[in-house]
Amino acid sequence: MDRDRRALNAALAAVPLAFLAVFFAWPLLAILERSLRSGDGFDLPWDVLTQGSTLEIAWFTLWQAAVSTGITLVAGLPLAWALARFSFRGRSLVEALVLVPFVLPTVVVATAFLALLPDGVEHTVWAILLAHVFFNVAVVVRVVGAFWAGLDPRLGDAAATLGASPLERHARLTLPLLAPAVASAASIVFLFCFTSFGVIVVLGGIRYATLESEIYTQAARLFDLRAAAALALLQLAAVAVTVVVSGVLERRLGVRFARRARPARPVGRERVAVGVIVGLSTALLALPPLALVLRSLRVGDGYGLDHFRSLAHETPALLVPPWHAVANSLLFALGAAAIALAIGIPAAVAVARGRGGVDALVMLPLGASAAMLGFGFLLAFDDPPLDLRSSPAIVPIAQSLVAIPFVVRALAPALRASDVRLREAAAVLGASPARIRREIELPLLARPLAVAAGLAFAVALGEFGATVFVARADWPTVPVAIFRFLGRPGADNVGTAMALCVVLMGLVAATALVSERALARRAGP
Amino acid sequence: MTTRARALSLAVALAAVAVLVAGCGGGEDEAAPTEVVLLTHDSFAISKDVKQRFERESGLRLRILQGGDANETLNRALLTAGDPQGDVLFGIDDSVLSRALEGDLLEDYRPDALTTVEGAFLPQTDLVTPIDHGEVCLNVDRGWFAERGLAPPERLEDLTEPRYRDLLVVENPATSSPGLAFLLATVARFGEDGWQDYWRALRANGVLAVDGWEEAYTQQFSGASGSPGKRPIVVSYATSPAAEVIFAARPPAEAPTAAVEDGCYRQVEYAGILRGARNEQGARELLEFMLSEPFQADVPGSMFVYPVREGVELPPAFVEHALVPDDPLSVPADEIDENRDHWVDEWTEIVVR
Repeated sequence: MDRDRRALNAALAAVPLAFLAVFFAWPLLAILERSLRSGDGFDLPWDVLTQGSTLEIAWFTLWQAAVSTGITLVAGLPLAWALARFSFRGRSLVEALVLVPFVLPTVVVATAFLALLPDGVEHTVWAILLAHVFFNVAVVVRVVGAFWAGLDPRLGDAAATLGASPLERHARLTLPLLAPAVASAASIVFLFCFTSFGVIVVLGGIRYATLESEIYTQAARLFDLRAAAALALLQLAAVAVTVVVSGVLERRLGVRFARRARPARPVGRERVAVGVIVGLSTALLALPPLALVLRSLRVGDGYGLDHFRSLAHETPALLVPPWHAVANSLLFALGAAAIALAIGIPAAVAVARGRGGVDALVMLPLGASAAMLGFGFLLAFDDPPLDLRSSPAIVPIAQSLVAIPFVVRALAPALRASDVRLREAAAVLGASPARIRREIELPLLARPLAVAAGLAFAVALGEFGATVFVARADWPTVPVAIFRFLGRPGADNVGTAMALCVVLMGLVAATALVSERALARRAGP
Repeated sequence: MTTRARALSLAVALAAVAVLVAGCGGGEDEAAPTEVVLLTHDSFAISKDVKQRFERESGLRLRILQGGDANETLNRALLTAGDPQGDVLFGIDDSVLSRALEGDLLEDYRPDALTTVEGAFLPQTDLVTPIDHGEVCLNVDRGWFAERGLAPPERLEDLTEPRYRDLLVVENPATSSPGLAFLLATVARFGEDGWQDYWRALRANGVLAVDGWEEAYTQQFSGASGSPGKRPIVVSYATSPAAEVIFAARPPAEAPTAAVEDGCYRQVEYAGILRGARNEQGARELLEFMLSEPFQADVPGSMFVYPVREGVELPPAFVEHALVPDDPLSVPADEIDENRDHWVDEWTEIVVR
């Protein structure tokens, strides 16, 4: 029995490892080798790492990521509570709205921010922090919320009976129970902000650089591969440390306790709290998207649907009519989500069974510079059977590298928490392992699975940094097409870009609503 | 077979399947090339009928790969020199020409159609073929100046005057091709030792430098329709005013913006055959086609640059609203190559720090 288990665990871990070895480690090693080789040996770039400018950039990268993560948690946890614990009218709509910022191309959000922010705030650290919070609230709400919904509300009731105040209950009971999910969400948000690129470039202007944006400058623009490789290794090391620390924390904090609770209608003071939290969060999250919708409808001095109609027509900015990009995006995102689930589910199971190393490895691609990985793809995948560098198939693969961590992070805490005693009780009662999986584990996992699939799909829909590097001109995705339109003068081009943004927002909101409906039906009476 | 071994072989099989499925998209037929691949920058565009015309005449499918801006695309090509991603590289401009020539990534070819090209554009090498030229010029928001009864600047020197304070937005030459062109224009105008003082005066007069053209033009420049920008002078292209008319929802009789003749900088864009191209014959045919009448006539409408072929008629919107500078500034390619890095560093010291 024990031997079988161990073999199964090894096999589960082998799937993500093989995938990462081929599509992550190999291209990365190829570009590092090319960057650092000199003659027969290697030229280790210590001088780049000890330079004053490198230390400055590394310090800025670190603190802005830490502060962004802190603010995102503070902003996201109340909303996660309201959405996970209570049912109210418009709840699924709010849940869908939360996901919208997550898929918006950074260029577009930056445009919306530049239009909304008061003068003097643009191109400051505040603009950067604000944008990071806006983008990442979804991670906290989704990852923590999926776990929070599974906590047994009777614990809180018991504490209340014993005289604990609501605040005390949150501080001493709920937060410790939530710790693994919070740690999980925080580490993703931290990594996203740590490796932030688009936000920094557009909102930070010339003065601010993160490691990621500096790697891009060095590699793609200045073609100083040695410096780029040095910074890329530094970033990868920092990410590895973050991942290992968060993994240890998560395991130490892990509480095996979960039971599906049905959300209740808020009553009394809860009503007020939920109302305020949801109202305020919704207003803040909806403001930039609304600004984009308005701009997409603006035609000359009036309003109209002209920009949406022009999605059907040929334009010099793209090789294909813009609506093709919508079809491509859906296709690629479906493929990416499928790959992410196929690789992420075995990875999550392996992680939940104690193979923390797998968790650290699947997180690493989040920390690899998209530019260096893109260069690696060009070097590594140039021969059959992996002549992928000019093939559309590379797009969903590249997107899935970024999506897999979300699948693992959304599933692993729930898998760990799934009650051992329930399984054992079922086994004692004579249920086969397969039946236990089908009738106990899967229903408990339905929600985290749906969350994982939805996040993977959304991440793939909105992915830009890696996609723009590998997408072919005749197969553009929506974010790539938006970027192309914004790169050309003329009101029509800007208008078409805005219309595409609105379509992208609509797609992700619709996805979230549909998966929410499907879940509701499953869990229904 | 033990359970463990079975499980492991299952995993290996799964991984193999994943690799194979992923590999399906690749697998070129090397024996008889049916396509020719053009590696180019993001601003490349071609009309559908012109593309189809090439495909019909050559019997080859034209595939287009875009690799970022001109500089990034060249870096991509340099990275894969000898084992290129495409057959033809298009979008090498003067400012990066010497890097392209030194990188040993191109092959000699002298198209027959070169005889139709105006003499001023011919390079001193067979490694590259000129395809188009474009001019980087200051653009002004005509409405903004008219409203305030202020005359728009006419000469580069005007920009340092107090009445144009806080009105100019430029691109960072380290990261933007028009930004570098404008820096070179000031080098050509004020001399290798004089341009620094000009930029110090610009800084004192409140110049705003941003990373790229997109941000400068669509977000900071007030003249771009729909832009939230507040600055009425920007570094853009001689053809940008025509684009404002062509892409307006309801085309106005007069362009809302205008290009300033003084201080325009000429960039010639070249194409070349990549060393190790899979379809070298197709690459040659493509180069000939890019110099032919149909492609050259399509260049203004799709890419907003001017043809190098003699006697090609410009579309009406360009004749009316765009500017073809008579005597644009330029800096020789070898001088650019020698000095670019330290000029950019100096610029950064003066303008950003």
